[in-house]
Amino acid sequence: MITRRELLKYAVGVAGLAAPLTALEMINPKKLLAGKSGPSKVRWVFLVDTYKCVGCGLCVKACKNENEIPYDANVTRTWVERYVLTKDGKLFADTPKGARDGFTTNKIDLGLGKYQDIKKEDIRKAFFVPKLCNQCENPPCVQVCPVGATYQAPDGVVLVDRTWCIGCGYCIMACPYGARFFHPKYHTAEKCNFCYHRISKGMQTACVEACPFGARRIGNIKDPNDPVARIIMTERVGILKSEYGTKPQVYYIGLDEEVR
Amino acid sequence: MVHGEVWTLKELFVTPNEYIYWGIQIVMYPFMTGLVAGAFVLSSLYHVFGIKELKDIARFALVFSFALLFAAPVPIILHLQHPFRGINVMMTPHFTSAIAAFGIVFFSYGAIVASELWFLYRKHFVETAQALREKQDKSRFEWIGYFIFCTLTLGVYDISEGALKRDEKAIKVLAGFGIPVACFLHGYAGFIFGSVKANALWMTPLMPVIFIMSAVVSGIALCMLTYIVTMELRKMFVSRQKAQYAGYQSKEKIKSVEIHVIQMTAKYLLFFLILAISLELLDLIFRGYTAVKSWDVLRSVIYGRDFTDIFILQYGLGNLVPFILFLLPKLTLRRTVVGVILVLFGVFMMRYNVVIGGQAFSLTFAGYMHYHMPIIPHDIETLKEGFFGAVGIFIMPFVLFWVFSKIFPIFNYKESH
Repeated sequence: MITRRELLKYAVGVAGLAAPLTALEMINPKKLLAGKSGPSKVRWVFLVDTYKCVGCGLCVKACKNENEIPYDANVTRTWVERYVLTKDGKLFADTPKGARDGFTTNKIDLGLGKYQDIKKEDIRKAFFVPKLCNQCENPPCVQVCPVGATYQAPDGVVLVDRTWCIGCGYCIMACPYGARFFHPKYHTAEKCNFCYHRISKGMQTACVEACPFGARRIGNIKDPNDPVARIIMTERVGILKSEYGTKPQVYYIGLDEEVR
Repeated sequence: MVHGEVWTLKELFVTPNEYIYWGIQIVMYPFMTGLVAGAFVLSSLYHVFGIKELKDIARFALVFSFALLFAAPVPIILHLQHPFRGINVMMTPHFTSAIAAFGIVFFSYGAIVASELWFLYRKHFVETAQALREKQDKSRFEWIGYFIFCTLTLGVYDISEGALKRDEKAIKVLAGFGIPVACFLHGYAGFIFGSVKANALWMTPLMPVIFIMSAVVSGIALCMLTYIVTMELRKMFVSRQKAQYAGYQSKEKIKSVEIHVIQMTAKYLLFFLILAISLELLDLIFRGYTAVKSWDVLRSVIYGRDFTDIFILQYGLGNLVPFILFLLPKLTLRRTVVGVILVLFGVFMMRYNVVIGGQAFSLTFAGYMHYHMPIIPHDIETLKEGFFGAVGIFIMPFVLFWVFSKIFPIFNYKESH
């Protein structure tokens, strides 16, 4: 039988033990940062004008050199795809070596060492589509990283911490755009980060700088005077694979329904 | 060489960064965790639901589940590009990721199995420790054994009637608590795949349930197989040196017990097999019927490129043939062995067809990737993520089981309850 005195003793004991627990609040770094500096004034976006792309591959070359992706490794942060639609309704598409050396032949690379020659008169339409990480507003790669090694910066760019990534490959699997791969040297997840080291210093990305035709542009969607933001706001642009709900932030002019 | 390039062949339109990143070890991972969960569920059928016919195999299954538990995370570690950073999952778990819960689920499950084993074998530990303590002139091995068993008692030497009654209760509670955790352990392995929205083949809410059902099937099958093998070995020993084994006196007695246990367990195997196949077929039919955007490429993979793997090896050889074998009347041991080996193979092929099959087509839905498992290793990567790595993982629990059976005797020990 418990006496009243004992019950009170227990109650005080439990309360005393519980008091320090209230000090344990989960600290959210984002909240702390927002309290200090307010929401970010920058949200990086990318604009690709597919009408201007000729598939020269200078952007891929520049990216590989700038971001130290081994030149001959068959992975790349950015790449260019070629789409050829024939009059009989067939789709042919390829991206040999990510178009690092451009498209030097009219033959379509079918893989396994096979090539398809398409006659000019059979072509209904043909075009190039540069691809890169979409820096999604709702990035599935960030969601699935088990250790938090990949994260979204306040300005929207998704980054990878090479010192913390365990190399499980879950983020690679989760990306609907095929933007991610394992770095051949560091063996960690790797992807385009809009040349974060350059844009955060006011420079252009390597691919934007390398493109001789102005097919690639980067801008800040939160700045109404930004020319890229203006185009995205006022003109008709498209995004890739909207059905996944990832809210990609690379916008395309002249997107075709055949683009994958 | 880029990771994955060595075993991937690309055909038609595949984007440059796409490879089969998840190879044979990621096939082994759900296969092994499935065996863990399945073995545990089998042992719980006796402990929780009191299905008396499974009494003999229940303790066996629990020890085997414990041995399998150690092998389950090894495939992931072998797969990681930075295996030594694997501990980061415990240090900074990012809980929006299905994999982040791995450490927590795995260790809580391990704790449940370990404590259940402890309660089950406590009497044995105490008796052995006391016997060794009283013994004069201990040999070196006996000294080691003495220390091991003294440690295992955790300082509790009370094996009175009342104490053992309480142990029994604890086992029941732990086994009952363990079932949902075991299902969670494996269901969440299914969730890892089922929640990848970028993968048209994986993404289905049925995935965790399908995984659990096939897990139970494979766990029961492996327990039956190992049970038969150990019983056969015992029969061999008994015929060589008689009267050494106190539990079962004669070869005939062992045989009658064995066939009885096997026939009972086979019924539960069939039950779960039916559930697993129904769910898998439901998934397949649903995909074909709704025929969303990805169906064209999925159909070409399922009915074309992977037809042999899926319909002949998995459903035919792995499901239909053992199903008939078990349904035919008068089940014999030999037929059971063939049946359970085929069932295990079928479940393995199911994992293979999910993991590798899910990467057999490109994100563009207009290209394919072929997987060529590295057999002869020529570097560390092709060794650990190749044929020999996978075989090593499969052998590991059997070796562990042999070691554990020295500490947790699975047959000779007379049960306290």
